[in-house]
Formats: sequence, C-alpha cells, structure tokens
Amino acid sequence: MGRYIVAEAGEIRPGDRKIVEVAGRSLGVFNLGGEFFALRNRCPHQGGPLCEGKTFGLIEAPVPGEIRYSRPGEILTCAWHGWEFDIRTGRSWCAPDRLRVRRYEVSVEPGSQLAATGTDAPPGKVHGPYIAETYQVLVEGRYLVVEIDA
Amino acid sequence: MATTLPRPTARARIRPALIDCDIHNELDSERDPYPYLPARWLAHLKTYGMRGPSGASYPRFLNRRADAHPPSGREPGSDPAFTSRQLLDEWNVAYGILNPLTGAGSQLNPEFDAALATAVNDWQVAEWLDPEPRLRASIILPFEHADLAVAEIARRADDPRFVQVQFSGRPREPMGRRKYWPIYAACERHGLAVMSHAFGSGGQPITGCGWPSYYIEDHVGPAQSMQANLISLVAEGVFERFPGLRVVSAENGFGWAPSLAWRLDATYALLGDEVPHLRRKPSEYLREHVWYCTQPVEEPERPQDFLRLLDQVGADRLIFASDYAHWDWDAPDAVLPARLPDDVRRKILYENARDLYRLPDRPSEDG
Repeated sequence: MGRYIVAEAGEIRPGDRKIVEVAGRSLGVFNLGGEFFALRNRCPHQGGPLCEGKTFGLIEAPVPGEIRYSRPGEILTCAWHGWEFDIRTGRSWCAPDRLRVRRYEVSVEPGSQLAATGTDAPPGKVHGPYIAETYQVLVEGRYLVVEIDA
Repeated sequence: MATTLPRPTARARIRPALIDCDIHNELDSERDPYPYLPARWLAHLKTYGMRGPSGASYPRFLNRRADAHPPSGREPGSDPAFTSRQLLDEWNVAYGILNPLTGAGSQLNPEFDAALATAVNDWQVAEWLDPEPRLRASIILPFEHADLAVAEIARRADDPRFVQVQFSGRPREPMGRRKYWPIYAACERHGLAVMSHAFGSGGQPITGCGWPSYYIEDHVGPAQSMQANLISLVAEGVFERFPGLRVVSAENGFGWAPSLAWRLDATYALLGDEVPHLRRKPSEYLREHVWYCTQPVEEPERPQDFLRLLDQVGADRLIFASDYAHWDWDAPDAVLPARLPDDVRRKILYENARDLYRLPDRPSEDG
C-alpha cells in the first residue's frame, strides 16, 4: 500500500474524471470545481463499474410537489442500475447510513517534490500508472496523488 | 460514453458456464432491417414509417448500460462481436437467447407487421446466429394475427436455433384467448416455448387501473400484466388443450407467483363449475407449464426470504436472465444469494434452461 501518482492535475478538468488502476483496484478520480476525489470503481450493489456512470445534481423533495435541485455534477450514478453516490463522501443516497463506496484521499503535490530523486520513487511515494505510461514528472508540474492505506 | 473492456479471459474461464435467457440484440437504427425487407414493404416503411399502439414503454426503458457502448460506435447491444466479448466471453455464457425488441409484432398494419417480423428474423439469422454459435433466438411474430404468425413459425421451425416465440407483455387480449390458440398449437407441434417479455403494449395501460404517472410504476407493472396473462392461460384451458405447451415469463418478476397460485386454487374451489374444462387445480398447471426468468431479480431485505420464495416457486422453474445490455441488467455473480446451495445455483444458472429449451451440453472446452 502507499501513495500513487495517478494524473497530472490539469489533466482532469472540472466536471471530468479519470479511471485508473492502482494497487490492483480500479478507481475513479473526479474533479469537482477544482477539488479532487477518488472512489472505488465498483458498486456495492452488483459490482458494476460505478465510476463510469453519469453524474447529476442532488434532486430532493422536502414535501411532495416541491423539488429542489442542488450540487450539480456531485452525485454519481452507477453505470449499471443508477444507484446514486455522493462523490465527496462515497455515501449512497439510497441507504446513506449503511451503504457507501470506498473513498480515497487525493492530494495535489508539486513535481519539484515528486521528482526530487529522479526516476525513482521519492521516499514515501510509489509511482502510479501515470509514470508507467512513460510520462515524466516535471518539476514545474502538479500531480494528483492517491493514498491507499489498505 | 465510457466503455469497459472485457476482463481477462483467465477470469472468465473459472466462472461456471451459464445460460442467459434474455439478451437484447438491438437495431443500431431503423435502417438495419432494410436489406431484409421485400421492396414493397421497404417502400412502405420508408413512406409510412412504423405505427403501433402508443404508450408501450418509457424512453428510460430503452436506456442501456453506460459501459456497453461498443468501440465501433454502434448503439449498445447492436454490435454482435461486442456482445460476444462483453457478455458471452466475460461471463462464460454457454448459450444466450436473443430477444429483439424492434416494433415488429406490434405494427397496426397486419401485412407489414408480418413482413417486418420476417425481416427481423432473417436479420437475426444472418447477423447474430450464423456468426455466433453460442446464440439462440426467439421467433418474432405478428402474434395478433394467428394465421400470419403460424406461417412465420413454419418458416423457422426447421432451424433449431430458434427455441421459442416472443409475445409482448400486453398483447391486445389476455394470452389465453382463443385468437392465439393456433399459435400455441404450432408451438406445441414444433417444440417451441412461448415467451412473454415484459412491456410492449397492444394499447392497454400497464396497470388494471389506468395509466400511472411515473416510470417506477411502469417498471414494477409487468407483475400485474403477467399475472393477468397466466390467469387467462389457465382459465381458458390452454394447458388442457395444449398439454405440451411451455410458457416463459421474462422480466416480469416471480415473487408474486406463489400467492397467485394460492388465490387461483382457492377460487377454483368455489367457481370450478364455470370452467369445467379444467381438470386440475390451477396451481398444478402453473407449476408444470411456466418458467420464470430471474431478471430483475427479487431482492428481499433478508436473503433468507429469497430462499423461502424459491422453495415456493420451485427451484426447477427459475432460469437466469441478464437482460443485457439494458440499464437494469443483472450480473450473473451478484443476483443470487451467497448462501444458495451449489446445486440449486447451477439449476438456476444453467440446468433449468438447458432442460427447458432442450439444449445439448457443450464439450468441456466451452465450459
């Protein structure tokens, strides 16, 4: 387990996502208005590719007939059955108390720090698929690092 | 849209072989059947278009799995090679049964309906069955017109890759009615099952109480329409008249089946003199003649309730169906409770459908 570089920060635009393979698991990395979030790309319902589904806003009706729409783009629906999850927390909207998808911490880190030791992984870092795809970590770049702790 | 590439073959190899009883082979566009239509009916289609009863299904019903867009750019479910890879290869499907939902069978012009059904069946043979030996198919019929339907059955009867005929969920009359009997006679004669697939409408609403407001009501509605069809098949004496008939209920659920049988038996005890052509309890006809596709699988809060339900429905009467590539498909490894005994799981995933459709086991290299 450890920390994995998964993308250059500018590569995932606001509202976009990237599916990455890290430490033997598939993750979706999302950009919500400049903030980054990572979720396991596996729906707890039937195992569908959750992070390949459409995103919507939150639709609520505090009383019948009154409909509120908020947080556009922050609710992820599974590519199979449309089960809804909050990208920020991984909590489901169908059963938020007991059903959630695993989320991972994402940090934005400067290339100067990551590239300090050349092509080898810096102390405390493990290069992710972004490196495996033969990109160089540039000193002036900014990179997304996902933390996998178990 | 995103596309999920098939997982490594090694993983599919260790999955148990299964038979998928509801795969949707889609038209990429209305033009797909053009090459299979005679000039007269091609001109008709181009000039007058399709016209069936309205309100049959919601646009949402036509949504597909978001990860099922083929690299070819064709619509999900419409690319035979991609269906083979994403469904048959990945899930070790020994046999898959095609159910095209194309508008054929519900056209208001009877002769055009028959021509379109023939074209869709020819399209199935040429573009799906011939290239992919794991596929079987439902015969699409102009089922509201028994004479035309029987002619189409005769046209396909010698091709063993057609294993059943397809009815919509709501034909214009309940399925037991006399107008459909010649179709059942032909199916019994040729060893074909009769399958009713949820949705599709002869013009009736999906509930017995009128047209509902929401898609969620439509999605659970087939439980009502299929019960009406089964009640009719029993009450009209269809299973007495055609004792070899096998009926398959696709995408209608099955949790309701036990209570329907109880209710019919209790009522038959009171009103049996009205239907003297019946010789057995309604539940016995249902138990002997009806099979239920799993999808969309019943998902009770407590898994043990599924096992109790299975005990009532009959572990030999449930057949696995994925509904690929519709949005509400069921994943074969996730739909059945984990604690289901292995032999029962194998019945549902494979053996029941093999026996129902009389499919030969494949050599072991196919799984």
